[in-house]
Amino acid sequence: MAQVHLKNLVKSYGALSVVHGINLDIAEGEFVVLVGPSGCGKSTTLRMVAGLEDISGGEIVIGDRVVNDLPPRERNLAMVFQNYALYPHMTVRENLGFSLKIAKKSQGEIDAAVNEAAEILALTPLLDRKPGALSGGQRQRVAMGRAIVRHPDVFLFDEPLSNLDAKLRTQMRVEIKKLHQKVGSTVIYVTHDQIEAMTLADRIVIMRDGHIVQVGTPLEVFENPVNTFVATFIGSPPMNLLPGVAKDGQIVLADGTAIPLPPGYKLAEGRRIQLGIRADNIMPEGHALPPTAHMAHVDMKVTLSEPLGTETVVYAQLSGTEVQAKMLNPRPVQTGEVLRFAIALDKCHLFDADTGLSLKA
Amino acid sequence: MTRAKLPPWLLLLMPAFLILAAVVLVPLLLSLYSSFTPYHLTRPETLWKINFPFNYEKALTDLGFWKAFGRTVLLLTIALNLEMLLGLGLALMVSKVQRGQRTLRTMMMFPMMFSPILVGFMFKFIFNDNVGLVNNALQSMGLASTAIPWLVDGNLALFAIICAEVWMSTSVFAILILAGLYALPQDPLEAAKVDGCTPWQSFRYVTLPFLMPFIYIAMAIRSLDVARAYDIVQVMTGGGPAKRTELLWTMIGRTGYVDARMGYANAMGYIAILLSIAFTVYFFLKLQRARRELGMED
Ligand SMILES: Nc1ncnc2c1ncn2[C@@H]1O[C@H](COP(=O)(O)OP(=O)(O)O)[C@@H](O)[C@H]1O
Ligand SMILES: [Mg+2]
Repeated sequence: MAQVHLKNLVKSYGALSVVHGINLDIAEGEFVVLVGPSGCGKSTTLRMVAGLEDISGGEIVIGDRVVNDLPPRERNLAMVFQNYALYPHMTVRENLGFSLKIAKKSQGEIDAAVNEAAEILALTPLLDRKPGALSGGQRQRVAMGRAIVRHPDVFLFDEPLSNLDAKLRTQMRVEIKKLHQKVGSTVIYVTHDQIEAMTLADRIVIMRDGHIVQVGTPLEVFENPVNTFVATFIGSPPMNLLPGVAKDGQIVLADGTAIPLPPGYKLAEGRRIQLGIRADNIMPEGHALPPTAHMAHVDMKVTLSEPLGTETVVYAQLSGTEVQAKMLNPRPVQTGEVLRFAIALDKCHLFDADTGLSLKA
Repeated sequence: MTRAKLPPWLLLLMPAFLILAAVVLVPLLLSLYSSFTPYHLTRPETLWKINFPFNYEKALTDLGFWKAFGRTVLLLTIALNLEMLLGLGLALMVSKVQRGQRTLRTMMMFPMMFSPILVGFMFKFIFNDNVGLVNNALQSMGLASTAIPWLVDGNLALFAIICAEVWMSTSVFAILILAGLYALPQDPLEAAKVDGCTPWQSFRYVTLPFLMPFIYIAMAIRSLDVARAYDIVQVMTGGGPAKRTELLWTMIGRTGYVDARMGYANAMGYIAILLSIAFTVYFFLKLQRARRELGMED
């Protein structure tokens, strides 16, 4: 177990800069998830920590050592790759024990560690197979097992679940979480899937274009997104954003609909903003959560409905923007129907129209 | 009376059958048959006298034949292993080159483009004891005081022949291994780095097992080449002096065309072919096993 510190970490390929000075402190035993859209530099960052990419600038500290110039083998970390990266010519047993063999552990120690990992990951019956004879999920478990046997200071995961089908992914997500609770190592986990990030992380690091946009616990980034990028990236369905202008203590949307200012915000007259409402906070009347002190109401025409069983996602038109709302205890909804929606104002967000930054004081 | 009509497909394939029969099947059967006879080129009537195991018995009990046989196996073993090592090294170096790799690859293939006869003459000149490059260089550097009889001493001559073989054919290995290196998956290599491997260990445990099928393919191809090695040896030493560099095929060639004992030569030829086949089958089995190890089942 070890802390990890990234200080002003920079990566460029020639003139092309892909990671622009990242600062991040990861505590011992913490599960940190780097999340962001494809190409934002998550893998590059992780691979720099692993030592698979040179560092163009800044510093990486693992434990109390600056590891900038250490090769991967001297960093005592384990990595799980997106494509599993198993050794095709070795059996599952040899794959699992390989790092220990390289570390010149005794055969007894290797067997014990391999059997323990195989037990944890339900790989025992597969130990004598080659990776070619395994399913995707099984290969993934071998890749994880290979990481576990090492008892490394830090686990690195690069989109380990993205090649699995949806059901297996959910299952493995739970496995990874349990595993972390059991071994308690520091974990840096890369994904582009915000649900994975939310469910796994102690802390989420949201990245965009080689920068860190926000760092926080899953609830913090969900409840207090620093800008519209985080607001729409985290949470499903994504937060609705409606352009508007502050006027007389109200927000006037493009089509003239006026909505009271959410509590806690003070805006200069005429300030152009974006009103952010999550689908959970805009619901058809009669199918909503109990009203609170700060409610607003709007009428919207339904354009589409997606029944999910316990709730229905209703798409409706508001001020020229398509808004997604949730309907609890759903009833069938017709396209074209006009419904009255209740908005929980105290849960709404305001962002600057130009910079996209949160206007929360 | 109606003429029997051949089906059209057979009719259309007939020219191919006939040509194949004329150039492959008939000579093959004829040579096999002649190996059962005391056929002598200057006495055609000997072709009609079958004396089956005689030629084979004679070959198998002839010490000269076994010496040539052993020398061929020795040459094969040394040349193939040297070529494999050098080719591997060459391929690894070329794969690391960032610029001009294409040109290097082309240059690497130059030796393969020469006729083996020319290569033989070239090395005969290089190793010539009076005017050869090697002796001149050794003497002018003061490393040797007298001329070394490269092509006269049996061991030295074998060494010189191996040099020529290696010079000409290392690129077969280099190119096939390079192809393997290009196809090498990067992920397991990175995993090995993180798993604690030094560069040597990564090579030993990940790269090399992956390259083995490519190496065995090259071995199989080259084993066919070397087992029929004739031209280079014929030009450089002619199997001599005093049969000290005699290989199977120089022996067979001399027996057949110089001594005109074609029946006996053909019998030895068939034994030599068995040797070739044995080597090829051996490497092919190794190849299959290496592929199975990599999970590349058929
Ligand atoms: N070897 C490379 N050479 C040049 N650009 C690269 C290289 N590797 C990655 N990149 C670029 O770096 C950016 C970040 O890549 P990556 O870290 O893989 O993104 P992510 O994992 O977040 O999807 C991408 O725009 C990618 O095109
Ligand atoms: Mg990536």
